[in-house]
Amino acid sequence: MASTIRVRATASSETIEVQALIQHPMDSGFVKDAQGQIIPPHFIQQLTFEHNGKTVFLANWGPAVSKDPYVKFSFKGGAKGDDLKISWVDNKGANDSTTAKIG
Amino acid sequence: MRVRAIIFSAIAALASGTLACIAASALAAPDKIDPSADAKAFQKFFTDKFPKVKYEDFVNGPYSMNEDMRRQWEEKEQFPPYEFALEAGKEMFSTPFKNGKTYADCFANGGIGIRQNYPYFDEKEGKVVTLELALNRCREANGEAPYSYVKDEMASLTAYMAFTSRGKPMDIKIPNDPRALEAYENGKRYFYTRRGQLNFSCATCHVQSPGERIRAEVLAPALGIMNALPIYRSEWSGMGTTSRRFVTCNSQTRAVPLEPQSDEYRDLEYYLSYVSNGLPISGPGARP
Amino acid sequence: MRNMERNLVLAAVLLTIGAMPALAASEDDYKTALAAAESAEKQADALRNKWTTTEAQLAAAKKAAAGGDFDAAIAAAKDAEALAKASVFQATSEQERWKDMEIR
Repeated sequence: MASTIRVRATASSETIEVQALIQHPMDSGFVKDAQGQIIPPHFIQQLTFEHNGKTVFLANWGPAVSKDPYVKFSFKGGAKGDDLKISWVDNKGANDSTTAKIG
Repeated sequence: MRVRAIIFSAIAALASGTLACIAASALAAPDKIDPSADAKAFQKFFTDKFPKVKYEDFVNGPYSMNEDMRRQWEEKEQFPPYEFALEAGKEMFSTPFKNGKTYADCFANGGIGIRQNYPYFDEKEGKVVTLELALNRCREANGEAPYSYVKDEMASLTAYMAFTSRGKPMDIKIPNDPRALEAYENGKRYFYTRRGQLNFSCATCHVQSPGERIRAEVLAPALGIMNALPIYRSEWSGMGTTSRRFVTCNSQTRAVPLEPQSDEYRDLEYYLSYVSNGLPISGPGARP
Repeated sequence: MRNMERNLVLAAVLLTIGAMPALAASEDDYKTALAAAESAEKQADALRNKWTTTEAQLAAAKKAAAGGDFDAAIAAAKDAEALAKASVFQATSEQERWKDMEIR
């Protein structure tokens, strides 16, 4: 199955700028469907970015984050060609991860 | 009781206004339908009103009107929120129907790079045909159930088709056929007619107030407004069709929306697309 | 004294009962009001210019009537009728007035 994570990491001197778009419904659990039934909560609880085995970005999310979340951040100490691992776990226990090269 | 008093005084105000206008318009000569003159005047109105906006930039809606929004949008375009819908659309477009045929069999050039020619006036049928309508007709002709005009599948499909036309200038044709001219004129009339309890026309927001705010949103200019459709709206958390946009604009003015792809909406799309001829297709778009 | 008081109270009650049909709304009054509202809304529909607020008031009228509150139902129906008539007026006057907004 295709990855739910799109990521792009670019290096400029020692600062790595990372952008990621993650496909996930991020249902808050507060929205009702057309029949008036609550759509059960289904959202990413933890999102992790790792570089050289070290966590450079960790997000603990809840129902406030919208569908198909987009993340952008920078970190120091990386280099072009390095690996960046992205993984998430949601409240139903599902997960996905991918590894991208810093360009 | 108070509501009725307010309504009746509003009617009185409208009535006195109408009497004045009827007196004025009774003296004016009946207009001949001249779409190219309309388009010229339409485009001049916006380029005069916003001399600092680059001509092609009008297709970017509110981003051509507001610096801060533009900056955020340009950043997001590096990683656009509509990527998933676009990919889904590409896959849908190339997946054959149960009978083995594909969408490519229904369209010129296999359906690639043709979005800027829609809507067109079908002289056999005597009506305007939009891209959404053509896609569903293609489905039905090949034994498939039509898609809802306001849901994700149609949005993804039209997103992909728009994407293959990115940069191409809008190129709507009005044949020298009185029915086509009438459809064009109907669309124009719809655009300028006030509707809903809030008494807004499309022009109220998109001609009189582009760049200004309606609640928290910055309004887009009518020039080029069709070029970015379909759009991923953050408000919808997803991609939405032209039909969906027309329907929601209606309900936002407290007008009961018409059926998607009703004559009025098809004619409206025809008019609005024609007066933006020459401007590049920028769809699929991303909007707040 | 007590007899007189009781007679007064009795008289007051009888008068009130006698007057009640004139004060309380009847289902027939509601049906008349609803019919007028729906007829106006039908005109609006023919002009392809219904308002969402008209529809909401019609629904509110029917709901109140279903619950037996004919006063509220009639009030809502009359609001709906006024809104529907305004929407008809809007559609007919806009047939000419739209040109005021046109870019020429």
